[in-house]
Amino acid sequence: MHDIKGEVRAFIAANFFIPDDAAGLKDGDSFLENHIVDSTGFLELISYLERSYGIHIEDQELVPENLDSLDNIDAFVRRKRA
Amino acid sequence: MSVTLDANALRIDCDAEAQRIANALVAALQALRRRGLVVAMSGGVDSSVSAALAVKALGPDRVYGLLLPENDSNPASEHRARRVAEQLKMHFALEPIGAALEALGCYRRRDEAIRRLFPDYGLAWKCKIAIAGGGEGGINFFKLVVQSPQGTVHERRLPIREYLEIVAATSLKQRLRKVLEYYHADRLNFAVIGTPNRLEYDQGFFVKNGDGAADVKPIAHLYKTQVYALARHLGLPEEVCTAMPTTDTYSMVQSQDEFYFALRYDRMDAALWALNHGIAARTLAEYLGTDEAHASFIYDDIRRKRQATAYLHARPLLVEPVMEISDVPG
Repeated sequence: MHDIKGEVRAFIAANFFIPDDAAGLKDGDSFLENHIVDSTGFLELISYLERSYGIHIEDQELVPENLDSLDNIDAFVRRKRA
Repeated sequence: MSVTLDANALRIDCDAEAQRIANALVAALQALRRRGLVVAMSGGVDSSVSAALAVKALGPDRVYGLLLPENDSNPASEHRARRVAEQLKMHFALEPIGAALEALGCYRRRDEAIRRLFPDYGLAWKCKIAIAGGGEGGINFFKLVVQSPQGTVHERRLPIREYLEIVAATSLKQRLRKVLEYYHADRLNFAVIGTPNRLEYDQGFFVKNGDGAADVKPIAHLYKTQVYALARHLGLPEEVCTAMPTTDTYSMVQSQDEFYFALRYDRMDAALWALNHGIAARTLAEYLGTDEAHASFIYDDIRRKRQATAYLHARPLLVEPVMEISDVPG
């Protein structure tokens, strides 16, 4: 079973130079509002999610409700894999 | 200044504004200690107005125009640019850059990235990139659109790697143009004009060290609607005054709103003006004939693009300031 939140948190910390292993980032925090991930960052994140979890994300699924926090990503990826 | 969002919000006194900009261009040359201005002319309204303002400020002998078409440029763009230069009685040169871009691998690098998504893509095909998502409240992403020689259109969302490679390859066009602009500026002891309007400048719609590089940007404070108004005031050719904003960078016809902005320029102007003047999303929605949620998405999209493109405006970062060196010449 994947620890999706932990893996995505580690990906963000490693790739977006967030200090302290993204420690200050709470699971429900918006990436956009907290300036964690910009538009290019989302493209990287989408590629990471598709590659890591064997899912294909449709264009209409590229919305904040699915991707704009660790909680949202966790729920979205689990729904896609179900 | 009016704080009511209506048809008058973007109205300017064109005569006074043209004179103010002309004065600013003279002051810029005094500060920069250069003797004239080089302007690359695309045939679009922004570079045409910039050239006309430069001529108004300095006279035609101190303004040098450059027409820099490449393999994907629309021939109509060069025709319009030539008409403007001739009308303004300014000196100009035509320097096609396609061969140099081929030598740099611009087209080859771009096409290799495209073929990873569309293996049949070849010489007679056309392509463009289109933005999607942000204006409707989603997350911005880019689609690659290709057209086969038979006219069939295909599109796919661009993965990060191909997106970055295609943009990096096509940005060679804007950067090579700037190389030539500075060659001529150095040769003539002139300064280089950058021609972004306010929408482009605010939203980061330019290539860093490409069209974003310049010594003076005379219309960066003007909304696109105001640039069109100045074009008419300055008596530029009708075909320039009515030219729709295109990127003229990809082989398929591509409007700027399709590539980057969420809305057509006049509506985008209204949205940016409204955001800058603290107008509520509900009021913008009424003006645009849309709903409040959509207007809020547009505001969010503007703010996000500002954040995402801060890098493009950023000067090189230093570990500590070098106090003896000023950013402002003089």
